Amino acid sequence: MGHDPRLGFNEFIPHNKALGMVVLELERGEARFRLPYDAKLVGNPDTGVLHGGAITALLDACSGASVFSSLTDWVPIATLDLRIDYLRAADVGRDVIAHATCYKKTRNVAFTRAIAYHDDPGDPIASSVGTFMLSTKTGGRK
Amino acid sequence: MTNDMTIVERLALARQSGDYQALFDVVPYSKFLGLTAKLEGNELITTMKFAPHLIGNPSLPALHGGTVGALLESAAVFELLVRAETIVLPKTITLTVDYLRSGKPLDTHARATVTRQGRRVTNVRVEAWQEDRAVPVATANAIFLVKPAE
Repeated sequence: MGHDPRLGFNEFIPHNKALGMVVLELERGEARFRLPYDAKLVGNPDTGVLHGGAITALLDACSGASVFSSLTDWVPIATLDLRIDYLRAADVGRDVIAHATCYKKTRNVAFTRAIAYHDDPGDPIASSVGTFMLSTKTGGRK
Repeated sequence: MTNDMTIVERLALARQSGDYQALFDVVPYSKFLGLTAKLEGNELITTMKFAPHLIGNPSLPALHGGTVGALLESAAVFELLVRAETIVLPKTITLTVDYLRSGKPLDTHARATVTRQGRRVTNVRVEAWQEDRAVPVATANAIFLVKPAE
């Protein structure tokens, strides 16, 4: 990890690290992550297609990061809900990019949208919308 | 069991033997998450065994939301594989997760129920909990395309 702390974001998030997620961009409410294709993330061993859950984790992580990147003061956040539309199967052997935008913030809640794709955002694998609670006192919901 | 069986062949075998774990174990991502599934009475309970690589927030600590989402989705798929009248490989169309509480660094369980089984589309509701089933950590609604396997 370099001097830019944003690019080391995933170093501090064990599951992001376990999935091998790479931060490509993280600023002003925009986040772009890359999920390298990995045999351990396959859902159907007959075809080698990635499991939907890996795409879920990528979109969740990237959406949360887009919220963090929009904050001027660091506050804990918690996912309230996330809806994912699976548009097509990921191509076998190819990395997946997620691009998330935190497009609206209120005092309590941040709203995100994201897509996952290989190299053409016009041919998405999945799309999602999410809501996040801001400034949770304990960082989580009890 | 040989290693060159297809998923559909394994599913047919599991339905005969009632041993579904062998089927789920050939899904690499399920192993990565540490999922096990077993019938308790008439209920299929899917469990994600806690492991440090599932953490999303180390300072709380709390499970990564993505792992909880993946558990809910997997529990729904397992339910369909076990219950469907015909052998199908469900494809997720949409998954909507409500995160109710932060997941503690503990084993997490999930139970799916089919709310409507259609000819092409099936709606499934899933709940996940940790120590107390009455206190869910997350719920989900999932919609699957279910077409008979060729």
